[in-house]
Amino acid sequence: MSTETLTKNDAFITYLLRLADDRLILGQRMAEWCGHGPVLEEDLAMANMSLDLIGHASALYTYASELEGSGLDDDYFAYFRDDYEFTNLQLCELPKGDFAFTMARQFLFSSFSYFQYQILKNATDEQFKGMINKHLKEIKYHLRHSRDWVLRLGDGTEESHKRIQDAFDELWMYIGEFFHSDEIDEIMLREGNGADLSSFKDEWKTMIEETFKEATLTVPDWDQFMMTGSRKGMHTEHLGHILTQLQFLRRSHPDADWK
Amino acid sequence: MPVKATHTKEQIWDYIREVTDPEIPVLNIIEMGIARSVDIDKSGKVLVKITPTYSGCPAMSAIENMVREKLEEKQVSDFEVKLDFSEAWTTDWMTEDAKAKLKDYGIAPPEKSGNDDDFLNSLSATKIVPCPFCDSFETELQSQFGSTACKSQYFCNSCHQPFEHFKCI
Repeated sequence: MSTETLTKNDAFITYLLRLADDRLILGQRMAEWCGHGPVLEEDLAMANMSLDLIGHASALYTYASELEGSGLDDDYFAYFRDDYEFTNLQLCELPKGDFAFTMARQFLFSSFSYFQYQILKNATDEQFKGMINKHLKEIKYHLRHSRDWVLRLGDGTEESHKRIQDAFDELWMYIGEFFHSDEIDEIMLREGNGADLSSFKDEWKTMIEETFKEATLTVPDWDQFMMTGSRKGMHTEHLGHILTQLQFLRRSHPDADWK
Repeated sequence: MPVKATHTKEQIWDYIREVTDPEIPVLNIIEMGIARSVDIDKSGKVLVKITPTYSGCPAMSAIENMVREKLEEKQVSDFEVKLDFSEAWTTDWMTEDAKAKLKDYGIAPPEKSGNDDDFLNSLSATKIVPCPFCDSFETELQSQFGSTACKSQYFCNSCHQPFEHFKCI
């Protein structure tokens, strides 16, 4: 195998892990609502979306392990890596906050994923393309659900309006990372399996601005300070804490098997 | 008997037909569109490909194991059950027969999946799901998410029954 092939393969694995880490960590955060939702329907909704996200992560990890080829499985990537090896967006690891915060984050993440997957669904790699097309159907549900709540809370009572506005204000510095692109993105793009992030930035911003307008919310400053570094393993203090909960059981019983 | 049994493709499909969905036991995994293909190579090894309905469906690994157990029970010695993602599962793969069985079971079946460009506004505003019990169109959406990933919650204003709808994807 030439160095060139290795690089492409490594880039693909890294790319799959980034997508998977976003979904595993966000899915775990959302699962914290299970049994604590404001009403039964929302409790179920959040548990469902959490399952979807963890399902997406599992498929992507499994495919990464196939490409990696040394016998590691999806469990390895989820349970046996440390915080600096995780490359999820910092947005995904932030504590769940109140219901408004959770819905605001879900709306930002789902809308970004929606546009990103609209491009990835035409990927050249068959298995990857199949997964993306499948996941996209579910992302549409997540986007519709969270957008409905942004409208309802924003255009709701004084209290609900304040809470969702505060949530967006707090989350805003974490959205800059959505559109960071590096050599991994470039290789993937060249191979026909990536997405040019700049190509849908305006469309995404328009969706956000139109939703905010309908929800009577104020769009924070697009040019404010933005956090960076998660794709290189730099995180907020919150990632280590969520990993202790996510990984503890599996690490205590490393040889346990579901089957 | 020490004679190694051989199985035809048709037989393998018949065996798989005996595996039902653990969450919707009235349907088998062929009717659900979960079992995608059966292949037998020159050496006689059987390859069964299955695909998940919803990505996070917890029934998936149960189904995978049930297929394995069924093939072992039927004395198929050399086989592999593989998850295949190359085509995204859609409710359109469910047979008409399967949809009728779903309705009898009390779950409103999925309709044909169409263009969903307007998905952001479409669900509660325009879609009417008839009640599986009394066929009334006077129903309303309670929640886009139900007891499993594949279902949403409705209420019938005619017979006052809550019911589930198999989401159309």
